[in-house]
Amino acid sequence: MSLTHDDVHRIARLARLELDDQEAAASLEKLNGIFGLIERMQAVDTAGVEPLYHPQALAQRLREDRATETDRRDAYQAVAPQAEDGLYLVPKVIE
Amino acid sequence: MSRADWEVVIGLETHVQLSTQSKIFSGSSTAFGAEPNRQAAAIDIALPGVLPVLNKGAVERAIRFGLAIGAKVAPRSIFARKNYFYPDLPKGYQISQYELPVVEGGTITVQVGEGDNAYEKVIELTRAHLEEDAGKSLHEDFHGMSGIDLNRAGTPLLEIVTEPVMRSSDEAVAYARALHALVRWIDISDGNMQEGSFRCDANVSVRKKGTEKLGTRREVKNLNSFRFLKEAIEAEIAYQIETLEDGGTIQQATVLFDPDAGETRAMRSKEDAHDYRYFPDPDLLPLVISDDWIARVKGEMPELPTALQARFRDAYQLSAYDAATLTASREMAQYYVDTVAAVGAASAKPAANWVMGELAARLNKEGRDITDAPVKPAQLAGMLARIADATISNSAAKKVFDALWNGEAASADEAIEKQGLKQVTDLSAIEPIIDEVLAANPKSVEEFRAGKEKAFNALVGQVMKASRGKASPAQVNELLKQKLGAA
Repeated sequence: MSLTHDDVHRIARLARLELDDQEAAASLEKLNGIFGLIERMQAVDTAGVEPLYHPQALAQRLREDRATETDRRDAYQAVAPQAEDGLYLVPKVIE
Repeated sequence: MSRADWEVVIGLETHVQLSTQSKIFSGSSTAFGAEPNRQAAAIDIALPGVLPVLNKGAVERAIRFGLAIGAKVAPRSIFARKNYFYPDLPKGYQISQYELPVVEGGTITVQVGEGDNAYEKVIELTRAHLEEDAGKSLHEDFHGMSGIDLNRAGTPLLEIVTEPVMRSSDEAVAYARALHALVRWIDISDGNMQEGSFRCDANVSVRKKGTEKLGTRREVKNLNSFRFLKEAIEAEIAYQIETLEDGGTIQQATVLFDPDAGETRAMRSKEDAHDYRYFPDPDLLPLVISDDWIARVKGEMPELPTALQARFRDAYQLSAYDAATLTASREMAQYYVDTVAAVGAASAKPAANWVMGELAARLNKEGRDITDAPVKPAQLAGMLARIADATISNSAAKKVFDALWNGEAASADEAIEKQGLKQVTDLSAIEPIIDEVLAANPKSVEEFRAGKEKAFNALVGQVMKASRGKASPAQVNELLKQKLGAA
């Protein structure tokens, strides 16, 4: 499987990346290289092999259900680009 | 062609907010109603370098749910990143579960409709998985900017997904109600729909009757009341059938329901599942749930509504509808159980009628919860006992109930004594009343003799009225029949 120019633009859009045609062409080549590697891996017979979800053979540690955080809103909002009435302000986005 | 030519296929996805003290991956409080961003810590606002730590209380609630629906609780499950960009999701991904959810399968049995058309349906569930909620965007006027409140970000959710097995809006609502009752029953969520603790998405499609292939579905998002759920599904069904009958096609889409207009509107064309580019979250190790843990949670589970319903039907001969109504909440069921325990199983049916009727109506009218009903189970039981032993008639019982409700009497016996409501069973007291009534209503007597049953009931009513509700209706019936020569 190899990617097309359109695929690259679609992936870039999903990742909110702006690519010009030259960058898209370069990305296409790199991505196809990665796909080549994936194809070689997919050719390996993995029947009966459990999928590996995490490289460490450990279980997730759990936290007791207690509210332990204190309010540090002012400190966080002091470094935010814009805040007002306790809200973080961002460019308007309505889907 | 008409509606009758089409089969409706509905699947529901429900987001249930879990009733933990703290968030799913941080120690921030989940209390509702705080000032914006006062409960949004470093992990919730996604500062660089932070790591999520899973809340044991959220996992335990998922286990409770899995056990309650007879599902498989996964010994090992995986958290995944669901990637999308929106300002109220500051990490750029939502931590969810994808390939290996914590709960798989299970069923919920629901009662659909009431009366003669009622039927039972088993709803199969696909899965339930743990995930975090996003924050809130406020699009009001901030000089053309949007305001972001991240208090809700990281709140634990259990997303519960059914198979596409519902065939009408009634079935979908019956399921949603049963699920709502269940999550409150097993105490994993407060189920508060106004505060968004229980939100449904409905996947709706239609197909020609007799065909197997599923039609293209549209997903109606964020329905936070049972009424909107029903209305939205009805509007969506109407839209889809009309479109197809006009020769159009259905485009897969996410839609929002506008309750004022009573119609659904497309929000965005449905992104393919892989557009979210799910992948296992490297920040979280696999969640391992031991058999011991599951056994411990199982030991702490309350008796479930379905088990209680079966007990009510078998031991108390209640109808399926009554049993389902009485198990709408754990508190109501407990009230009923306590009442019957005090009065005896012989009064189980009258007890059900009073709890579902007078008591529920009063609570509803005064906006009270059953746990804070002025009439306690022992008091109601005392009153039922006096109905059972014919001390009071049903109409007198209403007065007794009033007295108990208003605190004018502490027990039924006291109310009966104070208000003189004891049924008169002394024949010598009733006979003169009957004679008077017969003398005063010659027309009714004539009509009865001419074969009008209604006239007889009118006479019984007159006697009861004249006795101020104290006569026993059964006795009045019998005596009247004797006097009219009809016995």
